[in-house]
Amino acid sequence: MAYDYSRYLRNDKFPHIWCPGCTYGIVLKAIIRAIDKAGLKQDDTAIVSGIGCASRLPGYVDFNTLHTTHGRAIAFATGIKMVKPDKNVLVITGDGDATAIGGNHFIHACRRNIDITVVVFNNYIYGMTGGQYSPTTPTGAVATTMPYGNVDPQFNILELAKGAGATFIARGTAYHAAGIDNLVVEAIKHKGLSVVEIINACPTTYGRRNKFKSPTDMLLWMKDHFLPVTAFEKLPPEKTAGKLPMGILYREEKPEYTEMYYSMVKRVQEGGK
Amino acid sequence: MARQVKLFQGNEACAYGALYAGCSFFAGYPITPSTEVAEVMAKELPKRGGAFMQMEDEIASMAAIIGASLAGAKSMTATSGPGFSLKQENIGFAAIAEVPCVVVNVMRGGPSTGVPTGPGQSDIMQCRWGTHGDHPIITITPAYVQEIFSETVRAFNLAEKYRNPVIIAFDEIVGHMRERIEIPEPGELEVIDRKKPDVPPEEYFPYDSSKGDIPPMANFFEGYRYHVTGLNHDRTGFPINACELVHIEEERLLRKIYANRDDIVKNDEYMLDDAEVAVFAYGACGRSAREAVDMARKEGIKIGLLRPLTMWPFPDREVEALAERVKAIIVPELSLGQIILEVERCSKGKCRIDGIFRVDGEPISPFQILDKVKEVL
Ligand SMILES: Cc1ncc(C[n+]2csc(CCOP(=O)(O)OP(=O)(O)O)c2C)c(N)n1
Ligand code: SF4
Repeated sequence: MAYDYSRYLRNDKFPHIWCPGCTYGIVLKAIIRAIDKAGLKQDDTAIVSGIGCASRLPGYVDFNTLHTTHGRAIAFATGIKMVKPDKNVLVITGDGDATAIGGNHFIHACRRNIDITVVVFNNYIYGMTGGQYSPTTPTGAVATTMPYGNVDPQFNILELAKGAGATFIARGTAYHAAGIDNLVVEAIKHKGLSVVEIINACPTTYGRRNKFKSPTDMLLWMKDHFLPVTAFEKLPPEKTAGKLPMGILYREEKPEYTEMYYSMVKRVQEGGK
Repeated sequence: MARQVKLFQGNEACAYGALYAGCSFFAGYPITPSTEVAEVMAKELPKRGGAFMQMEDEIASMAAIIGASLAGAKSMTATSGPGFSLKQENIGFAAIAEVPCVVVNVMRGGPSTGVPTGPGQSDIMQCRWGTHGDHPIITITPAYVQEIFSETVRAFNLAEKYRNPVIIAFDEIVGHMRERIEIPEPGELEVIDRKKPDVPPEEYFPYDSSKGDIPPMANFFEGYRYHVTGLNHDRTGFPINACELVHIEEERLLRKIYANRDDIVKNDEYMLDDAEVAVFAYGACGRSAREAVDMARKEGIKIGLLRPLTMWPFPDREVEALAERVKAIIVPELSLGQIILEVERCSKGKCRIDGIFRVDGEPISPFQILDKVKEVL
C-alpha cells in the first residue's frame, strides 16, 4: 500500500513553489517518512528553516513551523531547544543558508553539541535568488556571479561540521532517496547535534548552466558520484577520486548541551557552586 | 516586610527588573557598556531555573530570544552600538511575526566602534527605524536606576500585551551609575503575560484580528500547530504575495501600537504648568534638565521639563500642546541632533526650538541647560 503522507502535510498549501525537476519534493517525502519512523509527535516537534527554496519546506508540513531569516535558523532553533529541551527540533536549510550567511551559527551549534537535527539541502547553488555561486559550488562550475567558471574553493559541509564538533554526520542523495529515511531517523535519535547533508538537484539555476541536459542527468550524476561509505572505504584512492561517501559517516557519544546546562542549573539550585 | 534596598547600577537594575517580570531566557554577546546586564542574567537565571546563553554574535542572540519566546519564555537580549546594528534584521522579524521580546540598548558613542566606553544618545532614531520596512516599535527611555527597574518590567508587559519587540534604550551614564534602589515586593508591580487563545486548535488562527488588533498567541508545543514566517502573511500565518491584504495587515501592525498610544506613551512632566520655557530631555540629559529646572526656579525663572519614558511611539500630542503654551523648547541631546527633529516636527512651528548637542563623552550639565534657557528668554 502506498505510504500516506497526508497526515503530516498541510494539504491545502499545495501546489508547492518548487520547480519541475527540483529534487526537494523527493527529500520532503523522505523526511516525513523518517519523522514517522522515529515516532516524533507533531505537537512535540518544531521544524525551523532559514531563507531559500529549501527553507520553504516547513510551510508544507504540519508541525510547529518557523521560517526565519537567511542563515539564522539554527540560532532561532537554539532558543527553542534551550527553553524546551524535551521537545524535538529540526532545522531545514540550504547550502548557502547553512554555510555562507549562517556559517557562524552552524559551526557554533556543532561545537555546543546541542540536540538539534540539521538537514542541509545541498544543491551547490543559490536556487531562490536565481543561481549565484554558494560556498559549495564546485570550482569551475558556472553561476550567474561566476560566469567564467567558479574560482572559489568548495566547502565540504560534513567535514566542516565534524571539525566544529558535530557528533553525528551523514550524507544521502535525492537519487538514493530510500536511503535518506534511515539517515534522518538515526540523526533524530542521536543525542547531540546531527548534520545530514542531502545532495539535491537544482535543474533550473544550476543544471541548465552546467551541461546537464535534464533533471534526470543530474540524478544520474548523483548515482555515479556517491558510494555507500562501506564500499567507498574499501576502494583505493584512485577509484574514489571525485566521489564522496554516503551513509552515516561519523557518530560519537558526547555530553549534550541542554543536559549539561540544566545539570548545572540543578547544581546551582541545590546550593552548589 | 520591608522592601530590599540595594545599591545598583542601571544595568543591574535592568537585569533584576527583567527577572521580576518573569524573564526566563536571555541570549547575548558581550559589549561595553551593556555587558553587566548579561553578567547578572548569567548569574541569576540558573538559580531560577532559567537559561542564559552567550551566543556567537548579536544576530544569533536576537534570533535565539525570538525562538525562546515562541517556545513560551519571556526573553531578553542586551547590547550596545555595533551590536544593536547587528540585531536589526531580526528585530524586524519579531515585529512582523509579532513575537514578544525585549531588547536592551545601552547607548554609547558612535557610529561604528565610536567611543565604546562613552555615553551617547545617537541610536534613538535607530531604535525607531533601524530595521527595514514599515514596522511598529516601542522604545522605553528610563533615566534613574529605580526607574530602569520598573520600566524594564513595563517593557516586558508591553511586549507581552502587544506581541511586539520592545526596546529599552538608556545611555552609558545611566547604565553605569550606582543609585539606591528599593526592590519592589512580588505582586507590587503589575506583571502581564501574553493572552492565550480561548479557542480549540482547529479554530485557531495565529494572526486572527477579528476580535481586535492584537491576536492571542499560542506557544509552540501547546497543541496549536501553526506557521511563523517573516514573509507578509495572512491570519493563518502563511505567506501572501503583494496584494490588498498585505496593505491591510501592515496597517493593522502599526495600528496595534499607534491606536493604543495612550496606553504606551508615558512622560514625566515636571513644573510645566506655568513654564515659559520647556526642556524636552530623556536619559542622562533628562536628569540634568530636572536639576536645571530646580536651579532656575530658585532664580525665579519659570521653566519645566517634559521627560519621555516612552520615546516610541513619540509623545507627539504632548509636544504639540506644550509648543502652544511655551516660548521655547530646549532639547539637550548626547548626539548631534536627532530627537530634536521629532520635537520640531510635532511642535509645528508653534514655538522656538533650540538644541544643545554634545558628543565629547561628557554629559550635558544643568548649567549648560540653564545658560541656554537664559539665552532664549
Ligand atoms: C540577509 C539576506 N541576504 C540575502 C538574501 C537573499 N537570498 C534569499 S535566498 C538566498 C540563497 C539561498 O540559497 P540556499 O541557501 O543555497 O538555498 P536554495 O534556495 O538553493 O534552496 C539568498 C542569497 C536574503 N533573503 N537575506
Ligand atoms: S530554483 Fe532550483 S532549488 Fe529552487 S525550486 Fe527551482 S529547482 Fe528547486
